[in-house]
Amino acid sequence: MASATSDFPGVQLHVVTGKGGTGKSTVSAALALAHASRGKTVLLCEVEGRQGIAQLFDVPPLPYEERLLAKATEHGHGDVYALAIDAEDALLEYLSMYYRLGRAGKALDRFGVIDFATTIAPGVRDVLLTGKVYEAAQRNSRNKNARTYDAIVLDAPPTGRIAQFLNVNNELAGLAKVGPIKSQADTVTTLLRSPRTAVHLVTVLEEMPVQETIDGVAELQAARMPVGGVVVNLVRPQDLDQPAREALLAGTVDETALTKALGAAGIDATPPLVASLVAEGRDHAARRRLEDTQRVLVESIGVPTYELGLLAGGVDMAGLYELAASLCEQGLA
Amino acid sequence: MAARSSSRSNPRTNPRVGPMTAGHDPAPRLDVDALLDDPRRRIIVCCGSGGVGKTTTAASLALRAAERGRKVVVLTIDPARRLAQSMGIEALDNVPRPVPGVGGTGSLDAMMLDMKRTFDEVVESQASPEKARQILNNPFYIAVSSSFAGTQEYMAMEKLGQLDKDARASGRWDLIVVDTPPSRSALDFLDAPERLSSFLDGKFMRLLLAPARGPARLMTAGFNMVTKAVTTIIGGQVLSDMQAFVSAFDTLFGGFRQRAQRTFELLQADGTSFLVVAAPEPDALREAAYFVERLSAEQMPLAGLVVNRASVEPPVDLSPATAMAGYEKLRDSSDDASQVAAGLLRLHADRELIVERETRLRGRFATAHPDVATVVLPALPTDVHDLDGLRTIGALLNAEDPGSGAA
Repeated sequence: MASATSDFPGVQLHVVTGKGGTGKSTVSAALALAHASRGKTVLLCEVEGRQGIAQLFDVPPLPYEERLLAKATEHGHGDVYALAIDAEDALLEYLSMYYRLGRAGKALDRFGVIDFATTIAPGVRDVLLTGKVYEAAQRNSRNKNARTYDAIVLDAPPTGRIAQFLNVNNELAGLAKVGPIKSQADTVTTLLRSPRTAVHLVTVLEEMPVQETIDGVAELQAARMPVGGVVVNLVRPQDLDQPAREALLAGTVDETALTKALGAAGIDATPPLVASLVAEGRDHAARRRLEDTQRVLVESIGVPTYELGLLAGGVDMAGLYELAASLCEQGLA
Repeated sequence: MAARSSSRSNPRTNPRVGPMTAGHDPAPRLDVDALLDDPRRRIIVCCGSGGVGKTTTAASLALRAAERGRKVVVLTIDPARRLAQSMGIEALDNVPRPVPGVGGTGSLDAMMLDMKRTFDEVVESQASPEKARQILNNPFYIAVSSSFAGTQEYMAMEKLGQLDKDARASGRWDLIVVDTPPSRSALDFLDAPERLSSFLDGKFMRLLLAPARGPARLMTAGFNMVTKAVTTIIGGQVLSDMQAFVSAFDTLFGGFRQRAQRTFELLQADGTSFLVVAAPEPDALREAAYFVERLSAEQMPLAGLVVNRASVEPPVDLSPATAMAGYEKLRDSSDDASQVAAGLLRLHADRELIVERETRLRGRFATAHPDVATVVLPALPTDVHDLDGLRTIGALLNAEDPGSGAA
């Protein structure tokens, strides 16, 4: 089933963004599973405090701690760990790691400095969140007892904010010109701009999400962040071919032949049923026509695109496995 | 990690609000026209998580109200480019402009929020010109006013307050429709102003001010340790920018808190109604549930729920299983009619499954929130980017059976 190779062989950090409602968290989860099926140990991170991973995998809310999320049953497949990154906890961890600020850390908290630094001071929050991802990506065998990850999938903020979120350096530029936060931002930026990172954008074939994707790619490229692929999600089924769709839109479907074909399949094709099926088909054809014009725009961006179908029954574990298989097959993982 | 008191919005810290036992009545239907026509209704706020069609809903409501005789202004946050163009608001100048092509006896003005400019205007209105200039040029202010998560929410509320004041003074408008920022959570809209004003009034700000005010007795060991730590982490230059900002801003703090308080009261007022917008998806409905419960806890008036983009149930009785069985039989046939029939059967089966899932999700919401009047809007086959599209939505919001309108 799976294609032999991934389109992004040297990439360790996969950042996934997308407009609200396009299924960015679902795609992140499926991508993490897809990488695991390639034998990799994977870390799936979220940074928006939404507990989206826990909901998708139907597990209790995740703490600020790496947890085993999905254990492989097949030989040769890797496991998926999950981490919900919280800026306040990341700051306290950062302080204790680099400054041994035991007591002072608590004092900072009491004075509202932690709250201040993580929710108010612009940019600092993003440095802390991406900094934690950086820490996980940098671990190697020299770190005792530390788990190392072959792939990290980051369920990142939405497309409208992604360039700002990743371009932590720029965000801080007007503020911190020197100091530890600034140097932290510098190292993070080095990883994010390197070939070890790819930013994937999730969209659906509708006008606003596609426009945002185009703008997002331009912003990422301007910030010299490596754009990976565009994942077109929730694609409608492709059962009706072009001539059939055109006939449906033009109202020239041969309803007699259709009635006969339905009858041959054992369906009681009453005139209202046929009329309803034709009307449903016409709606579908109209949507598909719109999707096709948007697809042209997506393809004109000039990055690899991947398509995931709409799961009529909703997203559950089985659905995630199907999406993961499809991502492997198409080469995103 | 020890638990900390935090101002972050976390829905789980609020108790659940509900009927305790499930009833059997279907959700009452939301009468949108009655809401729009009620002269006591002065403000309608559209809330919901990102990507559910808040902006389009707000614009449709505003247009319909105007064409039914109200004098309306709609504040949008981030409309699709073509929709903004067709409403004549693609120029971001923070001033309401008449929308061309509106029929009926009322009027419609529209504007797009310019967050930074709104913030600047607040500063300019509160401080002397010299002090205002000092603040506006401070690097820390520039960063807070353009990129602090929450500024957009705060400024949307600030603008609402201004529009309301204008409306009362000039009589130019008798209905304000507000779209809310595309936050990850609808609750951010209610929490952000409190967060920003508690920051501006917070302990840390007072700490930064202490040296400027100079009472040496405040410089305790704890304070020293904190300023030292802050300098270590973010660097001395940021700290001095912040101190300059804070001392220049000092006199404005009280004003900000008062303004936030006034806007909050405006949202609780009798003439205000909230409409929660959602899509028939688990995430969006969960957000809607949190929001509905929060409004009730804050005693803010909820008008109802708009479920956008619902799939329409086909008017015939053909189960997904039967349709799929037919599809399996026909899929390998070579003649065109069988291929078309197979495709249509498969589409029908998918549609039935989707309708079933959405109906179940909406049913769960209605059971947990039985008093929330609801209107369900069918997914349109095309995007909306002109006044005619907005009119169609306005009509569907009021159709007896909106489901049949889209077929």
